[in-house]
This record gives sequence, C-alpha cells and structure tokens, in this order.
Amino acid sequence: MSFQPVKFYQTGTFTVGNRLLPPEERSVQASARRFNSINSGHRACQGCGEALGARYAIDAAMEAADGQIIAANATGCLEVFSTPYPETSWQIPWIHSLFGNTAAVATGVAAALKVKGKRDVRVVAQGGDGGTTDIGFGCLSGMFERNDDVLYICYDNGGYMNTGVQRSSATPPAARTATTMAVGPEPGNVFGQGKFVPAIAMAHDIPYVATATVADLRDLEAKVSRAMEIRGARYIHILVPCPLGWGTASHDTIRMARLAKETGIFPVFEAEHGEIKSVLTIRRPLPVEEYLRPQKRYAHLFGKNPAVETIAHIQALADRNIRKYRLQARRGS
Amino acid sequence: MDKPFAITLDPGSSLANHTGSWRTFRPEYVDRLPPCNVACPAGENIQAWLFHAESGDYEAAWRSLVENNPLPAIMGRVCYHPCEGGCNRQHVDAAVGINSVERFLGDEANKQGWKFAPPAAATGKRVLVVGSGPAGLSAAYHLTRMGHQAVIHEAAPLAGGMMRFGIPKYRLPREVLDAEINRLVEFGVEIQLQTKVDDVQQALQDGFDAVFLGVGAHIAKRAYIPAGDANKVLDAVAVLRGMEDHHAPLLGRKVVVYGGGNTAIDVARTAKRLGAEESIIVYRRTRDKMPAHDFEVEEALQEGISIKWLSTIKEAGESDIMVEKMALDDKGFPQPTGEFERIEADSVVLALGQDADLALLENLPGLIVEGGMIQVDGGMMTGHPGVFAGGDMAGSERTVTVAVGHGKKAARAIDAWLRGAAYAPAEKHEVATIERMNPWYYSDAPKTMRPVLDIIRRQSTFEEVLGGLDENNALFEARRCMSCGNCFECDNCYGVCPDNAVIKLGPGKRFRFNFDYCKGCGICATECPCGAIRMVAEEN
Amino acid sequence: MLKQTEGSRAVAEAVALCRPEVICAYPISPQTHIVEALGEMVKDGSLAPCEFINVESEFAAMSVAIGASAAGARSYTATASQGLLYMAEAVYNASGLGLPIVMTVANRSIGAPINIWNDHSDALSQRDSGWLQLFAETNQEALDLHIQAFRLAEELSLPVMVCMDGFILTHAYERVDMPTQAQVDAYLPTYEPRQVLDPADPVSIGAMVGPEAFMEVRYLAHAKQLQALQRIPAFAAEFRQIFGRDSGGLTHTYRSEDAETIIVAMGSVLGTIKDVVDEMREEGHKIGVLGITLFRPFPIARVREGLQGAKRVVVLEKSMAIGLGGILSTNVRMALSGLHMHGYTVIAGLGGRAITKKSLHGLFREAEQDALESVTFLDLDWAMVNKQLEREKAHRRSGPVAENLLRDVGIVAARNY
Repeated sequence: MSFQPVKFYQTGTFTVGNRLLPPEERSVQASARRFNSINSGHRACQGCGEALGARYAIDAAMEAADGQIIAANATGCLEVFSTPYPETSWQIPWIHSLFGNTAAVATGVAAALKVKGKRDVRVVAQGGDGGTTDIGFGCLSGMFERNDDVLYICYDNGGYMNTGVQRSSATPPAARTATTMAVGPEPGNVFGQGKFVPAIAMAHDIPYVATATVADLRDLEAKVSRAMEIRGARYIHILVPCPLGWGTASHDTIRMARLAKETGIFPVFEAEHGEIKSVLTIRRPLPVEEYLRPQKRYAHLFGKNPAVETIAHIQALADRNIRKYRLQARRGS
Repeated sequence: MDKPFAITLDPGSSLANHTGSWRTFRPEYVDRLPPCNVACPAGENIQAWLFHAESGDYEAAWRSLVENNPLPAIMGRVCYHPCEGGCNRQHVDAAVGINSVERFLGDEANKQGWKFAPPAAATGKRVLVVGSGPAGLSAAYHLTRMGHQAVIHEAAPLAGGMMRFGIPKYRLPREVLDAEINRLVEFGVEIQLQTKVDDVQQALQDGFDAVFLGVGAHIAKRAYIPAGDANKVLDAVAVLRGMEDHHAPLLGRKVVVYGGGNTAIDVARTAKRLGAEESIIVYRRTRDKMPAHDFEVEEALQEGISIKWLSTIKEAGESDIMVEKMALDDKGFPQPTGEFERIEADSVVLALGQDADLALLENLPGLIVEGGMIQVDGGMMTGHPGVFAGGDMAGSERTVTVAVGHGKKAARAIDAWLRGAAYAPAEKHEVATIERMNPWYYSDAPKTMRPVLDIIRRQSTFEEVLGGLDENNALFEARRCMSCGNCFECDNCYGVCPDNAVIKLGPGKRFRFNFDYCKGCGICATECPCGAIRMVAEEN
Repeated sequence: MLKQTEGSRAVAEAVALCRPEVICAYPISPQTHIVEALGEMVKDGSLAPCEFINVESEFAAMSVAIGASAAGARSYTATASQGLLYMAEAVYNASGLGLPIVMTVANRSIGAPINIWNDHSDALSQRDSGWLQLFAETNQEALDLHIQAFRLAEELSLPVMVCMDGFILTHAYERVDMPTQAQVDAYLPTYEPRQVLDPADPVSIGAMVGPEAFMEVRYLAHAKQLQALQRIPAFAAEFRQIFGRDSGGLTHTYRSEDAETIIVAMGSVLGTIKDVVDEMREEGHKIGVLGITLFRPFPIARVREGLQGAKRVVVLEKSMAIGLGGILSTNVRMALSGLHMHGYTVIAGLGGRAITKKSLHGLFREAEQDALESVTFLDLDWAMVNKQLEREKAHRRSGPVAENLLRDVGIVAARNY
C-alpha cells in the first residue's frame, strides 16, 4: 500500500485558517492579532470585495514589512468609504491625493524614504480599476518604467462603481453599466480589444506582476509576501467582486471571485521580469454561464431568448485564457 | 503632530461608526447534525470524535467515541458503517473511512491500555442485564457510567453473544473481542457466565430494580427440504457457534449454503477456510436483491465462493441437491420456472435467519410479541414496566451496531425510569446537508484503502481479512472529515468578513460576531465550508 | 560670490543650496535649464542626498512632489505654461493638503496658439490654487526668492510658486551674487514637516470632507495665506541680515512718493518701466512705480497704501482675463476700493511681444492725459485684427485665426480660405 503523506489538512490551505497547520504556515488573516489595517466602521457596501481585498493585501504587506508600510490611495470607493471626515478606517500611514496620480505619489513617498535612508519602510499604492487602468495609467506606466520601489495593488471590480457603475477599460465585454446600457442590437459593453493591465505591466519587464482574487486568500497573501521580498516596481491585480455593480447578492462576493477563476474568466498567475512563473490552476472547471448567470449585469444574456452567441463568445475568451495561461490542472498534480 | 483640520485624521477612528445598524439579516453560529451521526445506529457523535482524531489526539478521540459506544475496536471491524453511506464527502470524492478510523482508535486504546473514565457516584440501583451480546454490554456500560450497578447474566460460557458465536474470527479476532469485554469488566460491569435467566419475573423480585433483555436471536429458521438420511443438513447458527467449541463442524468437500444474508456469506467463507473445495451459496434472487452487504459478497467471490443466483433447493440427496431455477416477476419476487439442476453437495447449511428465544418471558404480564419480536416503546421499554429490551430480539435490523444503540437508548430510559422521570430523547438539530455547505474548500483527498489479506491465506486461515490503518493513514483519513454542520475553526468567517466583525475567541472557543459592525452581508455564512452559520432576519 | 551666469543656472544653484531632497523633472521650455542643471548636480554627487526623478508628465511631477513632501522630504519641481495647466489638479491638491513644495514657474503663455514665449498667463491661471505666488524682477531676485520660498513654505506648510519670466530671466546671463551654503543653512532650517507619513505615528492624509466642514477648511486655507502677509516682511528682513541685500517682501515702490501717476506691474518688465520712469522724472513728470512681488496672498493693504496718494494708477500686466480685461488690475482695483482715482488696465507683452521703452513713453504720457481707454492693448496691430474681424464677418468659415494673421504679416504662405 502506497504511503499517503498527511499533507492536506481537511481544508488544506483553501480556508482562511486551519487549526491543524503549524503556526508558521498559518495565514495572516487567521491570526487573532492581525493588523486590521483597514478597521471596522468603514462605509463600504455590504459584502464589499474591495474592502476585503484591501485588508487581505495590506495586512499581508504589513506582516511582510513588520508593520512598516505607507500607503498611497487613489480616489475611488476604497478612499471614499474609508476616510470620510471625521473618521478614517486606516490604521497605517495613508495618503490620498488624486484619482490619477497614485503611482506617482507613491514614487514620491518612496523617494523620500530612500533619501532619508528609511529602507525598512515600504510603500504600497492602491487604487481601483478606473484609477489604475484608465486615469492613472500614465503615472502607473511611468512608475513601472522607472522601476520605482513601489508595490502597486489594483482592486479590479470592473468599473467606476463609486460614481454609479460606469464602464472602465477593465469592464468585461457584454457587461451592463450605466454607460454601456443593456439596450440596442449589442447590449452591454463592447467586445473590444481588452486591456489586461497585468499583461501590460509584464511588458515593462518589472520584477514582479501577479493576479489574485479574494477567493484565494492564501494565494493572495503569498503573492503580497513575495512582492514584498522584492525591490523595485511590483504590480498585483486583485479581482474584487462588487455586489452593487455586478448585481450580485452581498453574500456571493467570494463565490463570484471563485467562479471567475474557476471558469477561466480571470487568470490567476504570477510573473517575474515579464515571464510567467506560476499559475493557479482551475480546481473545479465550470462553464462561464455559471459565472455570468448570477450577475444582474449580464441578465440580458439570459431570460426568454438567451444570447447564445454572446455567451459562446465569452466562453471563447475564457477558453483562450485557459490555453494562454495554462490554467487547466494537470492530471496527477 | 499638528494635524491640518479635517484633511488629516487619526488612525482607526472609524470605530466610532457603528455599521451594525445597516443590518437586515444577522448571522448566527449553529451546530447542525452531521449526516454520519444521523445514520449511526449506535448514536455515535462521529464528527465530534473525528475532530480530535484530526489533530492527532487519539485518546481524546477515543474518549469522545466511547461516550456513546464502548466497543470501537469491535465496531471498527463488524459495523456495516451506515455512517459512510450518509457521509457528505461522497459528494466531493468518496466517503470518509470512518469505520477504519474507529477501528484504529479502538486498537490504539487496546494497545495503549486506555481505561474508561470513572463512573458517576453510585446510585444504589441494580439492573439485571440478560445477555452479554452487544446490546447487553452496551446497556450495562451506560448504566454503569450513570452510577447504577449493572449485572449481566450470560447463559453461554463466554461473553459476547453473537459477536463471538455468530461472527467468524477472520472478521473479528477474539482477542479484540476479549479486550473490549475485559475493559468493561474492569470498569465495573459484572458478568455472570453460564447463568441462564429462565424467569424475568423472578429476577425482578430478586433485588433488581430493572431488567434489560438482550438475549439475541439464536434459533435458526428452518425450511422444509426433503432430505435423505445420509445428507447433512445443518443450520448456520450451529455451524458458526461450533467454530468456537474446539471441534469444528465437519462439512465435507462440497458445501452448499442456502440463503442470501450476511450469515450465509459468513458460513460459506468459513466452510472454505475449513477446507471445502467448493463452497456454494444458493440464493433465490439476484445480487442486487441480496440482503448481504455487497462488499462481503465481493470478498466471498474473491475467495472462490460461488453463488447460484435465482435458485431454490428442492431436495437434498445423499451427495447432491436439486435446485430449481427461479425467475423474477414484475414485482421482483422469484417465481419457479420448473427447470431443475443437480449440484454435488456433502452438506447443506441453512442460513435463512434466526428467531429469538422468548421462553424466559412466559410469565411476564403486559408483554407484546409480534412476528417473533418483542415490542418496545421509544425508550426500549416493553409492555411490562421496568423491563426493557433491545438487540436482535427487539429490532428488525439485526446488526451489532443497532444492538449497541439499543443498549445505550435503553440505559438512558432505564436511568430515567429509575429516577421516576419520563425518558425524553435530546432534541435533534437540523441536518447538515451538502446543500448547506461549501465543499469547494475541502482539499482533494482520495479515500485511504485498508490493506487486505493475501488471497491464499484468506482461503485457508482464519486470519483477519481486512487490515487496519497505520497512524499516518488514520490521521489522513480522519482529516478527510468535512465536519459537516459543526465549526472546526477554519477561520473562514473570521477572514472573509469585509467589516472585521468576527471575533476569534481562541483555540477550541470558536468565534463570536461583533454586531456593532456586522452589516449582515452573509459572506461568512456562504463561505462557511461546513455550514455552521445561518442567516436570520433581524426583527423590527 | 558674484558671478556672471544664466538665470536658470543661478536658480538651480540657489535651489541646490536649499538642500532639496526630491526633485521631479519633466521638460518644458523655458524651465528646462533649471532642472537640467539640478539633474547634473545630483548625478555628479554635488547635490546629495537627493533623488532626482525623471517623471513622465508634469502631472506626475507634482504628484511625486506631493508624495515626497508628505513623507517628509523637501521637494522641488519646475514647470511652465502647458505643463502648469497639465499639473493643475495636483497643484490644487498640494496646497489643499498643505504640503510645502516649492516650484519654479518659468512664465510662458498658454496655447492655443502654442507659443513658448513669456507672459504671465500660466502662473495667473493658478492664482486661486492656494499656492503662494512670488514674482521675480531680476535674476538676483529669482535666486533669492527661491531661498525665501522654502523658508516660507515650510513655516506655513503651504506650497510656494516662484515665478520668473521665461527666457527674459531664465535664459539671460546676468551678474548675480550667489550666497554661500553657510548663509543659506543659517537662513533655512532643516525641514520639520507639520504632518508626515510615518509608521510610528500613522495618520490618514487627504480625507474626504463634506459640506459640514468644507467651507471651514477653505477659510482656514485663506487665513493661513493671510498669515504670510505678516511673515514675509519678517523673512525679508532676516534675509537682509544674513545675505546683506533687500529681496522679496510684498511690494517694491520706486519714485512713487509724490507721484500722481503710478505704474503697477510684476516681473522683469519692471526694469523697463523704471527706466522710462527715470527718463520721465528727468522731464518733470510726477510718475512712479509699484512693483508687486507677492501676488498670492495679494497684499491689499500694502498696495492701497502705496497707491492712495496718486491721481491715477496704470496696471500694466502680461496677462489677460479674456472677456473682462486684466487680472492683476482687477486685484489692484480691489485694493483701491472706495478711493477716487483713475484706473487703467494695460495688457502688454503677451506671448513674448516686446514691451519697448518707446511704447511705454507714449503709453504713460497718454495716461497722464487720462486719454487711455480703461483697457488698453499695448502695441496691438489694429490693422491685422480688423482685417480678421472683417474676414469673419464676411465668411462664417473664415479659417484658423492664427494662420490667417501669420499670412497677413507674410510669415506663412498658405492657401487662402
């Protein structure tokens, strides 16, 4: 009888914690003494994926940097719900300047720390997809190109949710937003060329690029930790479902992120110096319909006359991701 | 720092904003009943003892297990583990090998010499337990735990009932049986062997405050088969019992076993081990209708037992028998076809079921017997107050596990009765069905197969067929448990809350919601792997 | 130390003496020479420790400065014209956050039509941004004002814009007295930020403020700027003590004691004006000058004090409020509220148009006769303007204005529309 190593503990590393793991292998979020970098009392919607993603990421960065983190934050939901006068939820030094300049502000902070010899204090920049892939893109690219010592984290919820759910360059095809209404012959957002900023970040050959979702905490934390081991420009793109913008139940936030990953809609991988180093393979393969159907922003694809071709088109995009990023789990692995 | 007004704020000050007021639904931690526990006839809290086994604390696991069942080493061998049939893990990959872990714990207890925790203070009450089979042992054990004095009267020279005289050694080695019985004796259960109770009425007058009957069903059912004198027609009970008597029954080279239950299989396999060249089971229906457990049928087939399906024995001759082929009708009942066949046979063993010997109850008023079984109420009490019954004599499903469950239930009812209280079984939680869980989180972990004895040795010796798990495998198998419906402190709720509104109370203490900040989004409930959180509407 | 050098170089050296810690650079004429010189100093190690960051836009330049300043570093950048407009959002943000950044604006016009030459349109477009704005008359003053700017910015925790005329000053070689490092160190203490991003004492900077406190925040910004009116004369006095010369302050008057006509202006044009005033004084004209060094906060009391004895005020400005007239003059008029005197607005020198002594002589004489229009455009080519106006009257699709005008003066040979 072959020896079966006791490696996976019940839920292994899929859940946040696991009482059976040795302490050094436990997640940051499982700790009763975690930082809670973003505190209770913030005004994010019920079930906000961004609030969750931000705490996951910044707490992990705090752990990696021994609490020595300064964050720059773009205008957007995260900023608005966390710091309305007279209260802030942040427990770390934090600055919000503008919508489109966060990468540059972070560069400035990093430069100040460098000139002052504070090597142990690390800089994180964070913003939503609008502040990252659209208005902040110039500053982001500049920061990448200069290889400034900044970890930039994009919380991608696929639109300008703070202003009332408008389309961004990260809004997926066919999705309904306030500026891509579900009307006309091709309802919802266009099937454009797409703008996958992680790939663009990789094109800068920066030391580290990764994607993650709020559905895989351990993976997310590992990526933040890895990023914090590296100096220079680093980019992590985290998918954070938005109950408001996606039209999903508040309790389904993590489930939606999981479905995005499991259907291949959102590839989860990491890359160093422009080359992919690892991918998170799909555990339980599912058709994209499973991901699309629970979201009201895709409601026009279903109903009496399902938009079979549109769904097939989206499936084809997911399949392309699966091929391109090799998301299919290999047998026996 | 001389902070600019309004633009610059003190850290973490949002705690002043109690977002709990947004809530329309609130999460609640619940304990739901795991399907394994629901399915266990012995009423074991399987999920609870697996919880300890998962962390490698086998003694705690064993102690948790024996709160309900004092015979884990036996159970880990002879139980048909309906728990595994209920196990939610079958919807993920394959059911948890609960039975194999139970056996590991039982064996570990025997190896380590673990003793039961001391019983409660003596109540001064004496209870007569008739029969030392699983029902009697279980009843006596639980009564002893509660502080009552349990005295077992056993007619046979050795304790164990059908576990000793009905189950072959290759399934239950006798040292295992002895070890667990001895632990009970050391615990304070008094067993008087070769003490047959003929009159329960009398016993009640002999200083016992209550009686539990667990005499089993030892009388073989017969079928009329015309037979020549020379042919041996035996019954299964006698054959299996004879195996314990130092003079094994002489069955000959070719043995035919008639019947389709587990006993028929046991006899056929025993015959093989006794040297029969051919051991044939004759059964009137098909494999899928067979009452014997399929894995036992499979094991028998592996060992070279042949089974004649859709056949009845019409007559037994000197060296052969005549069987008639049957065909199933629309309703699945076998009907004769008129086609006959002769099969060589030195002996025929009838394994057609057993009846209970109810002679000792003859004088007892109020008793109701139906279909050869004594009728009991929800607390296992017969129609005669103070007389309880369980095991094969009181149930249609005759397994060791059911008997153990009867014993426990009866013990609780007897305890209530002795205190003059009404027996009220504990209220059951709602069942943790797979739909209430989020199984994505469980690691992929295929079931660990137990080692199986080499086929040659299986055909010639009474060595135990199925091996046990080693510690590593037992631990692995325990950790496949999904802890359905019961928090196992995976920290998911604590981690996934976007509002940090879950308070972690520390190892073993689980969690608490902070309703000052919980907005009621419900992510915790959706992402709880084991379904231990439910959302309820806020009042007002 | 006296030396003959380019204005940009002089400013760069002065900035370097202020020990900036983070410098952001993005090229735009005519400020390029300043950051080029600083870049070289950082690269060769003569300015250290200092991070010189080549950013990808002016917007990023100001944003990097914001981050650096918030993290406690003395931060500097320079820009002009379109660059200032491109960073405008961040310009407002820097002052709103109270970050003491110093920025040189090498004043240049704003397009379209694109034009690289000097006027004050760029800096004055940001007059309400919350920055302090200082205008230099000479290269010496430009150099000195930068040293004072850091002192002022850090004392008040507000950003300061030092404005110097593009090309006229930035590219002019003049003699300047370059202070020593010891002098600058004596004048400018180490930067002690009022608020700083520090893990040891975390704060959230840049909160969202709603109607309940927004006006108060704005008033406080106003009140803080007004404090500068008290502090600047003191800083200027201290500057005189250490460096031995007058520089900075709120305003400078020139031969205005008994003047009936006072010319108000900012920047390098004051030199030309003073020459004309000298010549007219010799001819017996009662004419003087009020030069404004501090445009924001606007020194209302000082301007009123300097002008109230005159019969008329001529505000000559290199900027224009299209649809109204002057910008500087509107500000001056506020200072003269309730005083009965003639006030004239003269728009001059836009896009680098030369302001000649000859033109000024004529202008000032007309003013003395009170023969000026209330808004006068100095040396405007009326023929050219009228021709275009006629053209537009005749044809709705009369073609691009700038090119029409250039063709009229024979500069481009383009086809007629």
